[in-house]
Amino acid sequence: MTDSTADTATRTHRGAEEIGRTPLGPRELPPLGAHVAAIEPPTVDVVLPNGLRLIAVQRSAVPMVELRLRIPFAGTDPLHAARAELLASTILTGTARRSRVQVDTDLALVGGELDAAVDPERLSVGGHALVSGLDTLLDVLADTLTGAAYADEEVDRERSRLLERITVARSQPSVIAREALQRHRYGDHPFAKEMPQAEEVAQATAEDVRELHRAAVLPRGSVLVLVGDIEPQRAVDVVGSALAGWSADASASVLPPLPPITGGDMLLVPRPGAVQSQLRLTAQAVPRTDPRYPAVQLANLVFGGFFSSRLVENIREQKGYTYSARSYLEFTPDGATVLIDADTASEVTAAALLETRYELGRLGLVPPTESEVDSARRYATGSLLTATASQTGLAATLAGLAQVGLGPEWLRDHPDRLAKVTVEQVAEAALEFFPPSAVTGVVVGDAERLAPQLRALGGVRIP
Amino acid sequence: MAAPAPQRFTLPNGLRVVLAPDRSAPVVGVSVHYDVGFRSEPEGRTGFAHLFEHLMFQGSESLEKLAHFRIVQSSGGTFNGSTHPDYTDYFQLLPAAALERALFLEADRMRAPKITEENLRNQIDVVKEEIRLNVMNRPYGGLPWILLPPILYRTFPNAHNGYGDFTDLEQATVDDCAAFFDAYYAPGNAVLTVTGDFAVEEATALVEKHFGDVPAREVPRRPSFAEPAPTSELRGEHADPHAPLPALSVGYRLPDPVTDLPGYLAYVVLAGVLTDGDASRLQQRMVHREPLVTDVSAGCGLFGTPLDARDPDTFTCTAIHPREVPVERVVAALDEELDSLAAEGPTAEELARVTARWASNLHREHDRIISRTLALGSFELLHGRAELVGELPRLIAGVTVDAVAAAAKNMRPDTRAVLTVSPAGGA
Repeated sequence: MTDSTADTATRTHRGAEEIGRTPLGPRELPPLGAHVAAIEPPTVDVVLPNGLRLIAVQRSAVPMVELRLRIPFAGTDPLHAARAELLASTILTGTARRSRVQVDTDLALVGGELDAAVDPERLSVGGHALVSGLDTLLDVLADTLTGAAYADEEVDRERSRLLERITVARSQPSVIAREALQRHRYGDHPFAKEMPQAEEVAQATAEDVRELHRAAVLPRGSVLVLVGDIEPQRAVDVVGSALAGWSADASASVLPPLPPITGGDMLLVPRPGAVQSQLRLTAQAVPRTDPRYPAVQLANLVFGGFFSSRLVENIREQKGYTYSARSYLEFTPDGATVLIDADTASEVTAAALLETRYELGRLGLVPPTESEVDSARRYATGSLLTATASQTGLAATLAGLAQVGLGPEWLRDHPDRLAKVTVEQVAEAALEFFPPSAVTGVVVGDAERLAPQLRALGGVRIP
Repeated sequence: MAAPAPQRFTLPNGLRVVLAPDRSAPVVGVSVHYDVGFRSEPEGRTGFAHLFEHLMFQGSESLEKLAHFRIVQSSGGTFNGSTHPDYTDYFQLLPAAALERALFLEADRMRAPKITEENLRNQIDVVKEEIRLNVMNRPYGGLPWILLPPILYRTFPNAHNGYGDFTDLEQATVDDCAAFFDAYYAPGNAVLTVTGDFAVEEATALVEKHFGDVPAREVPRRPSFAEPAPTSELRGEHADPHAPLPALSVGYRLPDPVTDLPGYLAYVVLAGVLTDGDASRLQQRMVHREPLVTDVSAGCGLFGTPLDARDPDTFTCTAIHPREVPVERVVAALDEELDSLAAEGPTAEELARVTARWASNLHREHDRIISRTLALGSFELLHGRAELVGELPRLIAGVTVDAVAAAAKNMRPDTRAVLTVSPAGGA
C-alpha cells in the first residue's frame, strides 16, 4: 500500500510525497566553520618512587576527579582466572580499618565510587569523587591496595555470587560468541580465558586470593590516571603521599606475547533455538606504535569502523540484515587485531557473511577513494576531540593508551599523523590487513538452520 | 554548578530553543526533542514511534539516503536518536566547527523528511534485528520495561510493548508515517537544544536562519495517559527461554513528576537508600546478609532514568535470584525493609550518602556534553524547565527523612505489580 492509493477526500494529513517537498527545493549544505583546536590541559606524566606511573590532567569544568588504575595482572596458572575474578569481586569488601559497608559509606559521603574488574591482561580499579573528597578516595584506594582483608565470609559470599553471575553471563549470546572466538583464535593461551569455569571458581580459597594479592597487586609497571579539577603537581603530591605505603620490588605481571592470527576456515558454534546469529571475524593488525597504524585505522573505518562505512551501508542500510555491524581494533601490549561483529537473523546469516567477505575483498581491490579516506580522517580526528572532551572520556582514553605504554603526547600528536596519511597508504593497508584470506572467526547460532547454507558458501567448518 | 543558566526563546513557528553555551572544550551538542513517544502510537501499530525514529534518518528534501550519517561523521561528529514513552530525541555531538551543519540537518528533516516504501521496508527489517538483539535472543530481554507494564497498567498507551510486535511493524505503511509526521512533528511540538562552544548571538542567528522557515503547523492536544492505580496486588509470569536463573521485577506507581516534583524526588532518594552501593539496605540484606539474590536494583522510570516521562511513571525493583530462593522470600524482605523505612525513615547518614552520590553523578552527567544536551532538552519538554538540570542536586538534598518514610509507606503490596521470570530453556 502506498499513499497514492489513499482517499485524499477524507485524509486529514498530507501524503509522504507532499511532505518531502518544499517550494524552495533542496538546499545547499553549509560549509564547516573554522577548526578550533582543543586547548592542551595542564598535564604531568611521572613515575613515582614505588614504580607507579602517574598521569594527571587538569580539567576543571565540574568539581570532580576521575581515577583509573591499571595493574598488569597476567598469570599462567590454570587457576589464575578463577582466583583473579574472585580477587576483583572481593578487593573492595573491607580492610583491617574498614568493613565492606564502611568502604561504601566513606566513598558515598564524598560522592565517590570505586569498582574493580579483571581481564586476562590487567586488574582495573576505577572510580571518582567530588574533588573535595579526593583525599578520602585515595585513602580508601590505598587502604585497599595495602590492606584488603579478604575476610573468609566475604570471599565465601562473593564466590557463590560469582558462580551465579558466570551462569548468567554465559547465557548472553555476546559472551558465548566472544569465548568461542577467543578459543578459536588463541586456543588455551591465557589471553583466551576471559571467564573462569565454575569448578575452578569453586576451588579458589580466601587464602589463594590473599596470596595472589601479595604477589600481583604491585605498583611497579602499573599506571594511575587522574583527571579532574585538580592542579597536576598537587595530584602528584597527594597521590605520592597517599600511596607511599604501596611498594614492592617486583613488577606487575605482563601477558606473554600472543601468536599472530592467520586466516582460515571459520567455525560454526551451535546455539540451539537461537533466532539470531553472531558473526565474529578477526584478522591480525598492527599496534599504535607501528608507522602503518594511522593508515590501518582509516582503512578499518572505511570498512566497518563507523556508521557511514561500506559494511554498515551494505548489510544494514541496503539489505536490513542487521541492526549492529561494526569493525574495530583490539590492542594488546605487543600487537593488535581487527574484530568484525554483526548479529543477524538466522535466515540471513549466511548472506550477511557473504556480503562481509565481499566487502573485505573489495576494500583491497577497489580501495577507498579520496572522499572515503577524507571522511574517515575527519571522523577519526573529530571523535578523538569529542571523546576526550569530558573528564570520564579523557580518563578512559588515557588509561587505554597507558596500558599499552603510550602517554598524553600520543593523543596530542595523533591528529597530525592522521592528516599525513595518503590514499595510497590506506589502499596498501586495506590489501595487506583486510583480505578475506587473512580472516578467520566464528558463527554462533542455530546450527541446524545455518549449516546447509554455510556449507554451500564454504570456508566454515561445520562440527 | 558554575555553568550559567540556559537561555531560551521561541521562534514564530512555535519551535522552543534552549541555548547553553560552554566554552571549555571546542565541541557542541545539538538535539531535537519531539513531544511524542511510544505511549502515543495507535493500537495495531505497536512500535511505530520507534520505527518512525529510524525513518527520520533516511533522508529529507536536501539529503539523499545515507547522507545524514555521512555528513555528521565526515564532519567529525557522532549521532543517534532514541524513543521514550513521552518523547523522541535526535542528537549529534560534533566539533564546534560543525554547528551550522547539525542545525541544517535537523531543520531539513523537521521541514521535509523523505519517506519512501523502500526505506520503510528496510528499516522494518533493521528494527526487527534490533528487537531480536535486545529482547528475543538474550536472557532477561525487555526486563522490566516491556514485561512489567502490561501487568501494572490496564490501558493500551501504558501497557503495550513500545518496541512493537513483528506483525504490527510489518503492517506499517508509508501513509501511516505521513500521518504520524503531520500529527506530531510540527515545530511547535519540539524543543531544539544547543550546548557547548558557541556565542549566543551567533547560534541564535543560525537557528533562525535554518529553522525560521519551517512552516508552523497545528500542535496536537496532548492526551492524558492517567489511569487509576491498582487496588490489589497484580501478578504476572514470564517464561524466558534464555534465562538461567529466575528473576522478579516489582513495579509501583509514582507521584506525577510534573505536578508533584518534591513527592517524586522522595522516591528517587528512596531508591538510592534501598539499592545504591554496598551500604544500601537491600544490598546489605538481600545480596550479603541473608543472602537471597545475585543482584538487585531499584529506581524511578522504566529505563532507570528518573524524570524521563510524564504521569504515570513507574518505580521498579528488579532482582535475579537462585532457583532455591522462593520469590515470596525476596518480596517479603523488600516489604520488611519498606516497613522499617516507613516507620523510622532513613538515617541522616543514609540521606547524606544518597545526596552526595547524586550531586556527583549529576556533575559527571553535566560534564558529558551530549548527556547535558539531552537532559536540558527533555526537562524543557517535559517540565518546561531546562534549569531543572542545575537545580536537581539542591532539590535532592532537600528531600527529608519524613518524605522518604512517606514514600516507603505508600509502596504497599496492594498497589503494586509483581512480575516473575522463570527459566524455560532446555539447558
